[in-house]
Amino acid sequence: MKTYMSDQEDQMTLEPQGEDAPVQDQSAVDALETVIEVDHVNFAYIPGTDVLKDISMNINKGEVTAFIGPSGCGKSTLLRCLNRMNDLIPKAGLTQGEIRILGTDIYHPEVDVIELRKHVGMVFQKYNPFPKSIYENVAYGLRIQGVNRKSVLDEAVESSLKLAGLWDEVKDRLDSSGLGLSGGQQQRLCIARTIAVQPKIILMDEPCSALDPISTTIIEELITQLKQEFTIVIVTHNMQQATRVSDRTAYFYLGELIEMDVTTKIFTNPSQQKTEEYISGRFG
Amino acid sequence: MHDIAKDQPVKKGQNPFATKAVKLKRRDRTISVALGAATYFILACTLYIFADITFKGIPVVFKTEAPFVNFEFFTKSPETLMTFETEGGETYKMNFSEYSQFKRDSPDVNIVEEHSHAYSGGGIFGPLVGTALLTIICITVALFVGLATAIFLNEYATKGRFMDSIRLAIMNLAGVPSIVFGLFGLMFFCLFIPVVTSEPLERSFLAIPLGGGSYFSFEGWGTCMLAGGFTLAVMILPVVIAACEESLKAIPMGFREASLALGATKWQTISKAVLPYAFPGMLTASILGITRVAGETAPIMFTAALAHKDKLPWQDVPTTPGSNFVAQAAEWGTGFLSQSVQAMPYHIYTVAARIPQSEYTKPMQYGSVFVFMVLVMTFAALSIFLRIRYRKKLKW
Repeated sequence: MKTYMSDQEDQMTLEPQGEDAPVQDQSAVDALETVIEVDHVNFAYIPGTDVLKDISMNINKGEVTAFIGPSGCGKSTLLRCLNRMNDLIPKAGLTQGEIRILGTDIYHPEVDVIELRKHVGMVFQKYNPFPKSIYENVAYGLRIQGVNRKSVLDEAVESSLKLAGLWDEVKDRLDSSGLGLSGGQQQRLCIARTIAVQPKIILMDEPCSALDPISTTIIEELITQLKQEFTIVIVTHNMQQATRVSDRTAYFYLGELIEMDVTTKIFTNPSQQKTEEYISGRFG
Repeated sequence: MHDIAKDQPVKKGQNPFATKAVKLKRRDRTISVALGAATYFILACTLYIFADITFKGIPVVFKTEAPFVNFEFFTKSPETLMTFETEGGETYKMNFSEYSQFKRDSPDVNIVEEHSHAYSGGGIFGPLVGTALLTIICITVALFVGLATAIFLNEYATKGRFMDSIRLAIMNLAGVPSIVFGLFGLMFFCLFIPVVTSEPLERSFLAIPLGGGSYFSFEGWGTCMLAGGFTLAVMILPVVIAACEESLKAIPMGFREASLALGATKWQTISKAVLPYAFPGMLTASILGITRVAGETAPIMFTAALAHKDKLPWQDVPTTPGSNFVAQAAEWGTGFLSQSVQAMPYHIYTVAARIPQSEYTKPMQYGSVFVFMVLVMTFAALSIFLRIRYRKKLKW
């Protein structure tokens, strides 16, 4: 928390993290454990018009994976497939392939979507705390699981808020409304709410796009800390953000996965022409 | 400061901004006058109604000497008013009950000229109570059914042509004349809806024996406050459903998504992250609709209301002595709900149109209308006030 400003200055430069990034890259490629396998997935909102085309990728445990690409390229759609939020849209669904999380096909009829979402949490683009107190916001996920012991909730709320870097700012006013916080604080409250149910994976759908630069920096810092405990998939419009927070980056274009690789490689030496055009700002 | 003389005409040919399109300008003025006239016409009507009722109603409800309020008007039920003159030339005006007492107490007084004025004496306690009971039943039923329907339509049903047609059918209910609802209520709630009874009435369409001497009988509830309340509820349902749906739609999708993403079930999401924030809006909008229905005459005319009833609904409810408390309470409750009632709108209709008019009926007419108008306006204002308060409180 104290090192935000200095970190921020380092990270504000456009260059990808030069020195430490390759270390991860080489260190333990074999030791990396795949938690999400996307296997030749096609997806359609309206049957007959696939918006994701033959996507295959592996997402590794303990890493931050960024999805980038121009608007409408399908990156958010894929993200929402990973915890089946797309189930809310009638008729939408996978038309081909399967997605395995922790080895299980999540679209299998025996998979309970409620249980899946407890393992795969989500942070949304527009911060959306409930109009409840800060405490109740964080405790919500536990309460719906039937946890009502005050001591358990107290502890979960404190540890989640600490993990989300919000504890020191709100510990004296846990009973005041979550909507009274600033935008960046509200988004961190949403992150705390998500980690309170202890998911394995956190999906973030452009979590900073509604925030100011300073709040963005705080959240980015938070993401890099959270990856020690969670696997994070983040959709972002901001390419610098991808370079700052992610270990791997996947570039989508028109529903196809053009390229996925270690972030430094994507941004310095992409193997696809289209990727280079996008990251160099020629379109998008 | 320039010294410009505004009252002096601009020299001819020197004003580039002089009116040219005289016709257009005249039409413009005519239209604005016409539009204004329509608005002021409505305003004048409203003011006239309010002023007339208020000026003539206030003397009935309030008194010039302490305690300043005519409590008798609120605590007595309507009675016949007697006016008579004795031989001595004294004129009297009293309620029928007092009149009988008077005759008993002074048998030697010779009454020369007497007139009776139906419903013009006493007060409006009976109708007030009846309307309150009908409205409470109506609110309960309408909110319960309306809320359930709105939640189903907005949260559960998949959107499609079938659901659209259901919604259209519900909205069409709002266009059905109230007298039709009255007849429907009579046919359905009073005469048809099945009840469990030990001895089916003769009018029963079909009595299915359940064993143990009881029957499942399609005989309806009869003319009673329950039938009236349900009829009013059916009538107001389109408004309540629309209000509830509107309130549900106003809840950001983000709340639902966030809750679902935390592993909540659909019902958990609705009950914990949607309804608490939609409920105030639903309640206030529904109350606003229900104040309207409280003034309806036609739906209760056949189903619940009586022009005259001596006893209040809770008086004279039959119970079987000796049975246990729960059975007695249940019996009392059923008996209570099966009572017919007087109701304000029907009472007003009666005193305004069904009785011979005289100067003595006027106070009852204006008093009733004034009290009823103030009551309905208070509820409407309250719901608006609550809505404004909740809007301020629940912002996101």
